[in-house]
Amino acid sequence: MPKVKIPTPLRQYTGGESQVEVGGGTAGDALGNLATEYPDLKQHLYTGDGKLRSFVNVYKGDEDIRYLDGPDTEVADGDELSIIPSIAGGRCL
Amino acid sequence: MQTREPLVQSPNGAVELSNEEIARYSRHLIMPEVALDGQKKIKAAKVLTVGTGGLGSPLALYLAAAGVGTIGIVDFDVVDESNLQRQIIHGTSDVGRPKVESARDKIKDINPNVEVRVHEEALTSENALEIFADYDVIVDGTDNFPTRYLVNDACVLLGKPNVYGSIFRFEGQASVFWAEEGPCYRCLYPEPPPPGLVPSCAEGGVLGILPGAIGTIQATETVKLILGIGEPLIGRLMLYDALGMSFREMKLRKDPNCPICGENPTVTELIDYEEFCGIPQANAAEQANGVPEITVKELKGKLDGGEDINVLDVREPHEYEVANIGVKLVPLGELPRRLAEFDHNENFVIHCKTGGRSAKAVKLLQDAGFQNVYNLKGGITAWSEEIDPSVPKY
Repeated sequence: MPKVKIPTPLRQYTGGESQVEVGGGTAGDALGNLATEYPDLKQHLYTGDGKLRSFVNVYKGDEDIRYLDGPDTEVADGDELSIIPSIAGGRCL
Repeated sequence: MQTREPLVQSPNGAVELSNEEIARYSRHLIMPEVALDGQKKIKAAKVLTVGTGGLGSPLALYLAAAGVGTIGIVDFDVVDESNLQRQIIHGTSDVGRPKVESARDKIKDINPNVEVRVHEEALTSENALEIFADYDVIVDGTDNFPTRYLVNDACVLLGKPNVYGSIFRFEGQASVFWAEEGPCYRCLYPEPPPPGLVPSCAEGGVLGILPGAIGTIQATETVKLILGIGEPLIGRLMLYDALGMSFREMKLRKDPNCPICGENPTVTELIDYEEFCGIPQANAAEQANGVPEITVKELKGKLDGGEDINVLDVREPHEYEVANIGVKLVPLGELPRRLAEFDHNENFVIHCKTGGRSAKAVKLLQDAGFQNVYNLKGGITAWSEEIDPSVPKY
């Protein structure tokens, strides 16, 4: 199963886990399964109509999936997906 | 030794080093990658640090020590006790002073050869281009999204490199955004997150040492750009995880559709960045959904008068441990499933640290049919300031 690296700001929605293994043959499926497993994460990854939020960058290995096949990017066992959030600093807005 | 065009051209006689400076920079001068010519470039360089906080502190200290000839500092804030855990350019005796003054004194103490240019003002769309124009490199050490997009756009419009760093809790990011040679900040993050979704004060915080790690990466990249040595972080995003003690590197690409550095830019001048980041809209929405409030003085009066009020604290247990006013703790996240503990007909005042989370709690209780629920304005912080100073402020 592919691994998904969870960044610090989102770990509160994965019970503190920094890495989660989820099923799925594509990046989109894997993230969808992640959001199903951790429902609190969903609104942080997806817009109301089910699209990945534009400020959430998803990488397979060191490559942005926007420049691969987007959500259709194939992932295999052991592949590493990373969610790279935008962070501004230590202060809240 | 050069791997690329240096940002600062060899000053050729225009800049000399005194014997004191030669002694001071000896460890640079004996490295062929820097040497006398490189040290002169560093002295001729003008670097602007936006913010003298967590990132700006180590950055400005190291750039000063390294001999950057002109360091500009932009900040309008005043040193607060809660800054000292990470903002190492400021000391205990600086609390209450403007940060730019404290930073200037520390820089001058480390290296009196540095010319410090103080910009004691908030960076805005009106002044950014004018302030940036004089500098070779801009280093972004800000702490909010509107200023980050402003710094990026001003750098793109002026063709200047933006040495980026950002921190949260135990994790940091660094890169060099330079539209002339690679992607900009907007290529990576075309849009800011809506204000409601970014982690709030409750979930915030930062390991005091973390900005040291990221700020020194920014300082390193700045000096490399000035000298034209090594491989800059252009087109690469460095991710640092202090807990895992790991660095990872992600590829960044220039987005041909980027609204400011792409092929057909739609942003051709600085815009209203508060608006762009949804701040006024969020504030307006908050006011429209306004919940009834009570001040700490009013609450004190009612409690002293013997009124029957349930005061609830919706912060996290680790915050309660730091400071509390002896009332029932129900963390906001637990509130929805603990509603049965409370009587709809009773009076409630909800507090948190400063009033943000408790406003959500009030809304939640109202939606569940509670009639008399008030938000404590300013939270426990206001209580500490106006009612009981023995309650620590954190």
